This record gives sequence, C-alpha cells and structure tokens, in this order.
Amino acid sequence: MNGTPEPVFDEPWHAQLFALTVHLNESGRFDWPGWAARFSKTLAAHGLNRDLDGGDDYFLAWLETLETLLAEDGTADPQDVAGTRDAWERAYLKTPHGAPVCLDG
Amino acid sequence: MPHDHHDHDHPHALLPPDPALRVKALETILTRKGLIDPAALDEILDTYQNRIGPQNGADVVARAWSDPAFRDALLKDATAVVADLGYYGRQGEHIEVVENTPDTHNMVVCTLCSCYPWPLLGIPPGWYKSDAYRARAVREPRRVLADFGVTLPDTTAVRVWDSTAEVRYLVLPMRPAGSDGMDRAALAGLVTRDSMIGTGLPRSPE
Repeated sequence: MNGTPEPVFDEPWHAQLFALTVHLNESGRFDWPGWAARFSKTLAAHGLNRDLDGGDDYFLAWLETLETLLAEDGTADPQDVAGTRDAWERAYLKTPHGAPVCLDG
Repeated sequence: MPHDHHDHDHPHALLPPDPALRVKALETILTRKGLIDPAALDEILDTYQNRIGPQNGADVVARAWSDPAFRDALLKDATAVVADLGYYGRQGEHIEVVENTPDTHNMVVCTLCSCYPWPLLGIPPGWYKSDAYRARAVREPRRVLADFGVTLPDTTAVRVWDSTAEVRYLVLPMRPAGSDGMDRAALAGLVTRDSMIGTGLPRSPE
C-alpha cells in the first residue's frame, strides 16, 4: 500500500450512484442477489456488441439497471426522472459559476 | 467536449455529464419521497472512499501468515473470522478464503458482474469489471496471469473461483521467501491488492 492511492471511483457520479444503490439495498428496497442478477443481465446485453471496459460503460449499465428497477416498482416514474434531470440541467445552466446549484421548488 | 465550459461568454456552473444528471434526478425524487437519507448516503461514500480498502485484506493475510491458528480458522470460516476483526458489511456476507500452495494458484473472477469482497478489498478496479477479464480469466487463466506479469511453474495448477452475490473469495497468497522474522505490520506491507485477487504475487522483502 505504497505511494498515492488510486481514486476509488473515476467519476463523482459513479460514487453517487454506487452509494445510492447500496443505501436503497440497506434500507430494504431490494436484496443484493436480486440486484446482482438484474445488473448481470444489463451488463450481458450491453456487452453483446462490444467489449465493456469496466469504466463509464460499467456504471452506465448500473444506472440503467437502477432506473429500470425503480420504474418497475413504481418508485421513480421514467417521465418524472427525465423531467427532474432536465430541471437539474437548467439549474446548472443558469447558476453563476462557483455558486451552489439548487433546484427550484 | 461538446461545450467549452471555461468560455467566459457562458459563465454558468459546470454542467455535469448526462448520467450524472440522471443520478441527481433519482436522488432528488427519492429524497422528496423520503426514501433516502442524505446523511446515510454521505456515510456510505465516506466508508467506501476512505475507510475500506485492500489494507483490510492485507491485515487479514498478514495475520494468517504469522499465526497458524488464525490461518486454520480463516480457512474454515472466513466470514466469522473477518467479522470478528470488524471487516463486515455489504458484499461481505459470505467470504471464503482460498490458499495458494506450491501446487495450486488461486485466482478470482466474477463472470456475471463484479462480485467482490468489499469489506476486505474495497471497490474493485476497472479491469476486474471489464468484459475482457471476466471472459478470459476462466478461458485462459495462464495467459491472463502472464498479462499481469505472473508466470507460474508448469507444476502449479491454476484454479479459478467465480464469485457470486452469495459467495466471495479472497486469495491467501504464499508468504514470500525472506520474510522470516518480519512483524505483522511489515508483512501486511508486502500484500498487494492483486495478490489477494490472484492476479499478482506479494512483494518480496527488500
């Protein structure tokens, strides 16, 4: 364990997504073997046409799995997710650089 | 880059990439519904970014090298032994330790996704999650080992363990020659992450 440690996550959103999923599992929204089975299927489907490198593509598959799971159990409606995503984009675009970005309402 | 974020004509906050916005959207919706606790999220992040990592596994290996009774107990019931040391949690519910010997070298993969003993090794490296490793580790383990710079004698068999959501494996590497008399902390310093996945060997003492 010498030298500078490698960052655990390459991108902040990888870490956020990871933590969100673990938190939902720990609070009982789904069990881990069930999660792993779903995630394996998404990875397999994504890997049909090209080799996944285990970086962004891995977490994109993870995100798709979580979005689908939460859509299916009625927790997060896809339209609602898309609308909230766009609201965040607008918030970033209108917030002056350096100021904290907040959603309206 | 589709957009020059440092352009002074657009002095707004840096726009995160699309998936980051989608993650924020999920977080917002779940928070509004009272399904997530932001403090618990921060706690998980801190744990996995700062407190859990291969140093935990290295501690377990160094103990096994220096204490035969600990080694025996570890090989018999690793889950209980490492939990006693405080290394437990998500993806650590059932851990098995497989021991390298002159006859057998063990190597771990998760062919379906990326199951990994988080409490002992932290978050897996990118290559562990890649299709290339997941496919080739089973098919041609010796070639994969060669890519990692590990060459084993022909008399050593390579055994590949496929981790699942139920069972996760940790390799107990062989104690390096020349490490007699080293204390536990020094021994832990010889244990690399890859040596506990089986794609590497421990460092040799200076």
